[in-house]
Amino acid sequence: MDFSLTNREKLFLQMITDFAEKEVKPIAAEIDEEERFPVETVKKMGKIGLMGIPVPVQYGGQGGTNQLYSLAVEELSRVCGTTGVIVSAHTSLCIAPILENGNEEQKMKYLPKLSSGEWLGAFGLTEPNAGTDAAMQQTFAVDAGEKWILNGSKIFITNAGYADIYIIMAMTDKSAGTRGISAFIVESGTPGFSVGKQEKKLGIRGSATCELVFENCEIPKENLLGAIGKGFGIAMKTLDGGRIGIAAQALGIAQGAMDETIKYTKERKQFGRPISAFQNTQFQMADLETKVQAARLLVRAAAYKKDEKLPYSVDAAMCKLYASEVAMEVTTKAVQFHGGYGYTREYPVERMMRDAKITEIYEGTSEVQRMVIAAKLFK
Amino acid sequence: MKIIVCIKQVPDTTEIRINPETGTMIRDGVPSIMNPDDKGGLEMALRLKDEFNAHITVITMGPPQAENILREAYALGVDRAILLTDRKFAGADTLATSNALAGALRNIDYDLIIAGRQAIDGDTAQVGPQMAEHLQLPQVSYVADIHYNQNNLLTIKKETEEGYQMLEAEMPCVLTVLASANIARYMTVSGIITAFDKDVEVWGADKIDVDEAKLGLKGSPTRVKKSFTKGRKGAGEVFEVEAEEAVGIIISKMKEKFIIKPN
Repeated sequence: MDFSLTNREKLFLQMITDFAEKEVKPIAAEIDEEERFPVETVKKMGKIGLMGIPVPVQYGGQGGTNQLYSLAVEELSRVCGTTGVIVSAHTSLCIAPILENGNEEQKMKYLPKLSSGEWLGAFGLTEPNAGTDAAMQQTFAVDAGEKWILNGSKIFITNAGYADIYIIMAMTDKSAGTRGISAFIVESGTPGFSVGKQEKKLGIRGSATCELVFENCEIPKENLLGAIGKGFGIAMKTLDGGRIGIAAQALGIAQGAMDETIKYTKERKQFGRPISAFQNTQFQMADLETKVQAARLLVRAAAYKKDEKLPYSVDAAMCKLYASEVAMEVTTKAVQFHGGYGYTREYPVERMMRDAKITEIYEGTSEVQRMVIAAKLFK
Repeated sequence: MKIIVCIKQVPDTTEIRINPETGTMIRDGVPSIMNPDDKGGLEMALRLKDEFNAHITVITMGPPQAENILREAYALGVDRAILLTDRKFAGADTLATSNALAGALRNIDYDLIIAGRQAIDGDTAQVGPQMAEHLQLPQVSYVADIHYNQNNLLTIKKETEEGYQMLEAEMPCVLTVLASANIARYMTVSGIITAFDKDVEVWGADKIDVDEAKLGLKGSPTRVKKSFTKGRKGAGEVFEVEAEEAVGIIISKMKEKFIIKPN
């Protein structure tokens, strides 16, 4: 067993750390404060290949591994959770389902521009009445001969408004339950497709989260993704992959809070010595560091299994469950270590704490991850 | 256009600590990086590649692990990478280093040789100019910007203490470049992925036509007599006063220290 990074991964980490420090960190507080989607960062990331890491070269991607991709999300999230989720939603939730389920024409049409970052991707499954109970889809797609006609709405859609390509789940046969759900590729600007207002959120405030509305939205016949009635399976498999991305995001946020806390506790003096010299600080930080490393190994293992084409659903659920809860714990304690300063926006740890919370909720709540893990245990 | 860029792997001196007893650098655990001025020079070459489709060879002399910066150079977009490594090169001062490098460069076609102004671990700024002398090429140091005019001429902005000079040089020539000349690009993801599939040529002393007496420790006239940590100066005094009063204070301080003659 080898847990160390390869030379290629080390060089990649050197680049992504440099990029995160110089391009992402300096605006992280500002985009949070202004709730501003960092369009300029997306452009810069596209230019160096960060928007299509695990896409094969023949589809305009970088031909990288899921390990590299999760390293990228982790490192971006270490300084800015918003930037991490932009890449994660784009790659895991839009590119991956096209790559894994699309036909050759669809792959050639969409993947090169998504991989270069010219187009941004998003994914729509959640509805007002279909959250964890995702099978309760009330968006319908009707076969109208030459076209599909979509009606309904989606909520809490990451990258909405800025995305060019949306993977949308809709009922094509209500009587068939989950087997009546199909997946579609919807392009922005399609008549009858509109994006609602941006949600005001606790954290990841620079990321765009909106409602999508479909009113007699006509999409071309060839935009059906995968076979008819296979949408639920596509969505579930997509979320399995997405969970590795979100786990990497949570891990990055946790690491960012660790880094800030180590720096702060070494500088901050009380009772005549740095607070890092107190054993309470040392013991708590030792525990947190151990948990962060454990989360990291779970993320690496899940990405490894995906790369090796081994079953990874349970691994993805476990890494997401654990990393997101560790992120919440580390960031909460980071604020505590910073005391009153940590509660202010002068220091980044309060932002990290707000950003961490969403990782326990989206792409399957912690409860859903426990359901996935338990289902395997008691099958 | 064929360009050779000389690069060096150096300890990241922003993370360096000095052993107070021996006065030497603590190298353990200090990350190694591509020397910043060399990176500035490499970026200059990459821009010539972007614009004029130049072919870039990078070369470094160092221990086997210096291969890392050659992989980095591949990830940034160079075409060929050479690692000059041999026990016979060990212990080289700037003269022996420039002899070895010049020997290697004689085996490669070039129109332009670019090096960093100086390396952050030694700060000598000697190797580039010495190399130019060995190769009997014109040289311009402290280069902040260049412009390539067709017919083999370069217009060069050279930084000086007072400002800058605009010079013209005919290729082939040697330039030593400042880190601040350009903002270096990021490695691309595909560049990183393919960097490890490319060939790093490893050259030993047998590959270059240089007398062994001019290489390594044998070829190094420089001897380090003593190294020590610079003593810290005491904190300065700050006077926040009007200009006229400030002049008086400065004059009396200078008299105190006999910088100007006391009356």
